[in-house]
Amino acid sequence: MTLGLLAQAGDGVAPIDTPGVAWSALSPILVLIGGAIVLLVVGALAPRRSRIGWHAMLTVAVAGGTIAAVVPLWDRVHDDGPYSAVASAVGVDGFSLFVTVVIAVAVAIAALLTDGYLRREGLEGPEPYVLMLLSAAGAVMMASANDLIVMFLGLEIMSIAVYVLAGLHLRRRRSGEAAVKYFVLGSFSSAFFLYGVALVYGATGSTNLVRIARFLAANTLADQGLLIAGFALLLVGFGFKVAAVPFHSWTPDVYQGSPSPIVAFMASGVKAGGFAGLLRVFVATFGTYRLDWQPVVYGIAVLSLVVGAVLAVVQTDVKRMLAYSSINHAGFILIGVQAATDEGVTAALFYLAAYTFMVAGAFGVVTVVGRRGDGHHHLDDYQGLARRQPLLALVFAIFLLAQAGVPLTSGFLAKFYVVEAAIEARSFWLALVAMVSAVVSAFLYLRIVLVMYAGAGDGADTDPAAGRPRLAVPAAAAIALVVAVAATIGIGLVPDPLTRTARDATPELVAASD
Amino acid sequence: MVELTWVIPALPLLGFLLLLAFGRRLGDPLAGWLATATVGGSFAATVVVFLGLRGADGGDAHRYTQTLFTWLPAGGFSVDVGFLVDPLSITMCLFVTGTAALIHLYSIGYMHGDEGFSRFFVYMNLFVFSMLVLVLGDNLLLTFLGWEGVGACSYFLIAFWHTKEANASAGKKAFVTNRIGDWGYLVAILLTFFALGSITYTDIFAGAGGLATTTATAIAVLLVIGAIGKSAQLPLYVWLPDAMAGPTPVSALIHAATMVTAGVYLLTRMNPVIAQASPWVSTTIAVVGAATALFAATVAVAQHDIKRVLAYSTVSQLGYMFLAVGSGAYVAAIFHMVTHAFFKALLFLGSGSVIHGMGGEQDMRRMGGLRALMPVTAATFIVGWLAIAGVPPFSGFWSKDEVLLFAWEKHPLLWAVGLVTALLTAFYMGRLVFLTFFGEPRWRRAGTHPGGEAEQSAAEVADDGGGATSTATAVTAVAAEQEVHPHESPWTMTVPLVVLAGLSLLGGVINLSFLSRLQVLEHWLEPVVEAGEHHLDSSSGVKLGLAVVATVASLVGIGLASVLYLRRSAADRPAEPDILLEGWHYDQAVSAFAGGPGRRFFDATTWFDRHIVDGAVNGVAALIRGLGGVARGLQSGYVRSYALGVAAGAVVLVAVFVLRGVAL
Repeated sequence: MTLGLLAQAGDGVAPIDTPGVAWSALSPILVLIGGAIVLLVVGALAPRRSRIGWHAMLTVAVAGGTIAAVVPLWDRVHDDGPYSAVASAVGVDGFSLFVTVVIAVAVAIAALLTDGYLRREGLEGPEPYVLMLLSAAGAVMMASANDLIVMFLGLEIMSIAVYVLAGLHLRRRRSGEAAVKYFVLGSFSSAFFLYGVALVYGATGSTNLVRIARFLAANTLADQGLLIAGFALLLVGFGFKVAAVPFHSWTPDVYQGSPSPIVAFMASGVKAGGFAGLLRVFVATFGTYRLDWQPVVYGIAVLSLVVGAVLAVVQTDVKRMLAYSSINHAGFILIGVQAATDEGVTAALFYLAAYTFMVAGAFGVVTVVGRRGDGHHHLDDYQGLARRQPLLALVFAIFLLAQAGVPLTSGFLAKFYVVEAAIEARSFWLALVAMVSAVVSAFLYLRIVLVMYAGAGDGADTDPAAGRPRLAVPAAAAIALVVAVAATIGIGLVPDPLTRTARDATPELVAASD
Repeated sequence: MVELTWVIPALPLLGFLLLLAFGRRLGDPLAGWLATATVGGSFAATVVVFLGLRGADGGDAHRYTQTLFTWLPAGGFSVDVGFLVDPLSITMCLFVTGTAALIHLYSIGYMHGDEGFSRFFVYMNLFVFSMLVLVLGDNLLLTFLGWEGVGACSYFLIAFWHTKEANASAGKKAFVTNRIGDWGYLVAILLTFFALGSITYTDIFAGAGGLATTTATAIAVLLVIGAIGKSAQLPLYVWLPDAMAGPTPVSALIHAATMVTAGVYLLTRMNPVIAQASPWVSTTIAVVGAATALFAATVAVAQHDIKRVLAYSTVSQLGYMFLAVGSGAYVAAIFHMVTHAFFKALLFLGSGSVIHGMGGEQDMRRMGGLRALMPVTAATFIVGWLAIAGVPPFSGFWSKDEVLLFAWEKHPLLWAVGLVTALLTAFYMGRLVFLTFFGEPRWRRAGTHPGGEAEQSAAEVADDGGGATSTATAVTAVAAEQEVHPHESPWTMTVPLVVLAGLSLLGGVINLSFLSRLQVLEHWLEPVVEAGEHHLDSSSGVKLGLAVVATVASLVGIGLASVLYLRRSAADRPAEPDILLEGWHYDQAVSAFAGGPGRRFFDATTWFDRHIVDGAVNGVAALIRGLGGVARGLQSGYVRSYALGVAAGAVVLVAVFVLRGVAL
């Protein structure tokens, strides 16, 4: 049938012209996917349980390989400027490479945390790592997509793997519940996203971001309705992935139910992917229409800041607290998006990078404190932690204070830059809301710190901690925590390299030269 | 060689980190040796940088900025982490690292056997690091960072033996008092930024000349407030005497030689701004300094606790430095700061050696005759005494003489106050030396004095508002029950004493005022202070006359002390009116104010806080809880309601977008 149609169309029609594939441009994604496949195959052949956590080690190696693959590309972008490949479907610029590294780091930290978790829960196997790598590949694809269809593909690859990861803990009912909720709502929002892609295609005649940007710059639309509705629906899809209000409702339930190390990845890697897509589509592509979408993003940012901060305060479950706090953080990053300037993008990227370490580290501590069964997440479980395990408490306190934005940690500078970008973009009220919400959410972080340090001070006899066994911190998790702490404090003290790198990493849409 | 600047603060930082990680494992005394080595290395690096800076020549050759990285890059406002090496900062570094290294060495012996041995050195190294950041920072904010860092270390170390209530409250007192000063400093930074668009010192030097007088005055006043808090001047001095609750090496390093001089350093650093301000600012500085000097000297006359005498003496000497700054004698201020660091560190360490030898005794009325038993301590202490008393040719004579000379030119009245202070200084230090090292040994009788004099005086001491003395008394009670066997301290403690004694004796050579060629320090510092430095116009006859008068005054003071204390029993208290023992009731007055009208004011604020602020907060909390309830309703856990939420959100989004589109 198809052949018949083709034949009718004309004799001169050649077979479909496939674009040339610049493999080098895809190397980070290829490393991730290749690593996942190798891990799956080798994992199937080797015994599931082993004394050394070679699954995790291999995953970390793959993440390292991804970063290594980024280096030559970064140099090339730095020297020759950004370029796009595979028929302009994939863009290689500072932005995509920066986000790729952030995602790779998130994978590495999460993998180190997962190792101890799986042993503790008796769930050993290569599958979680494979899914994590695949999800990361999807996130990287979102960060570098120059085409809405590719973006959607990345979104789905990323999400589906994470749905499965959320349900990793087979024996925990909550884990399964989280997976189902995440899956149903995720698909729901993906539908919105896809519809948005269709509307934008209808308005501009292309799904390619380069061509859309060029079209919008060159033409004035007589009727903007289609395009604008497309904006709204795309924003729903991204808003869901980054857990922005009002598309956040899944976050507390899913974060609470999912295995803690997986949440570390969700809150860092998946969020980075979502924000990368958002920045790429809205700031870089729809930049000419920023006056249309900025106010809406403004509103979403305000809602996320306020709801995240306020609702976090009334929680008593630490994972739920951190879930709401991650909504608050999403609000902060949206401030950078809303500015729609180079400073805004730089600030958002800095925030993402700094936040990855903070949040992954925080959930790392939660993983350890959760103990066998992953069920000890109530505030009471943290009572007197400082007395039992001063080092662990100190580490957690550092992550929490960094999230609160205490000076000399990366969190302070992250918030500082975002607010500064908002002020430069003359969004004074947004900056004010951000600062107030930072104060409100500081209460939540300090509450946890207080419980750890002051808790159960009335007497040793009533100390609920007395009978508790010492928490075991697996070696791999310890490495992850040390790295995260070092980065959190290091970036806070010497932010210059990261700032400069983030400044070099603004997204640019360049048509393929081929 | 100036490129090595970063090494100077890096070594103590390294020591701090190493001790933090392995301190407990290294233990006593290895941790102390590590700390001493890092500070010693820092001193060596300072010497290298200093030589490099001296060797350089040409216009701006004596100023070198090393920028490590941009700390806060943010659009038009960026703050670098960078070090400014110039004659002023390197001079400060030299004596800071030098005395710090000696005091670290001393501490190895002094803190031996303390359960917090390694913790002590952790704080000490952190302190040295912060102090060097303060001194070397090339902008106001970095200096402020160091300023807060030394403050924090100071509170930790004051409250080092925090299990004792008094020590912990002394730490708190220092903290609260310093906040007032820090507020001034912070606002000054902001003002400077708004006025000049930069807070880097090189920009401030370049731009200060163009500042409006009002702006410069405001900045200068705020800086003075900051400096008054840090350098323990009237009316914010109250924390320093109580700060003696900390271990004695801490008193020597932080509360005598280095940290408390930070205020003077800051004012000297910012002298171009002060020069641009209204003249009344520098007059105020001079008056505050002179008043503090005299006030503290009178109080020192009547103290029984050996460390408290030295504490008030420190306040008094800092007053001299303020007097110098206010008189436009920046070089003299720094000169006195350096010599004071030598002799006051020596005196404190000497007193520590005495306290160590006496098994914790701090009350001079239970000492006496220690000269024979502690020969090295006694000999070095006497050198320090003569230096602080201003007897030529000891270092204190030269620097004090400089200060008095400038004060004379500012106003003869200021000079007169300075002179009386000099006399009092010679007197109370003489009293201290005679009571401690000369006369009859009184420690043996201490135990056999039940009730009566000893008890009564102990009660008095405990009364005088100071935490340190009551602690001392508590220690005494314990010590009195055992036999006291005064003994000389180990070599780690005596070697620093000997070195510091040498410096106290010879320190004056860096700036001998009678020959222009010999005023090395003055020529060296000239480029830094030229904007604000007052130029002398007194004839050499006047100079000589003033020097003679000052010398006579100090000899009179010593003579008086020897008449009153050398032969007679300490119990007579020949010249110690109660009002002086009580420090003119200033501390009580502050406490009474804080407890009386102040208390009522604070009660009122508390009421306001509880009912209005808390009410608002509680209202918000209730609101939040209410919202939480509503939100919990939304957060039902049912996928269908979540999906509804997402869908509703999408509808609203589309509606907003489309309505905006229509409106456009």
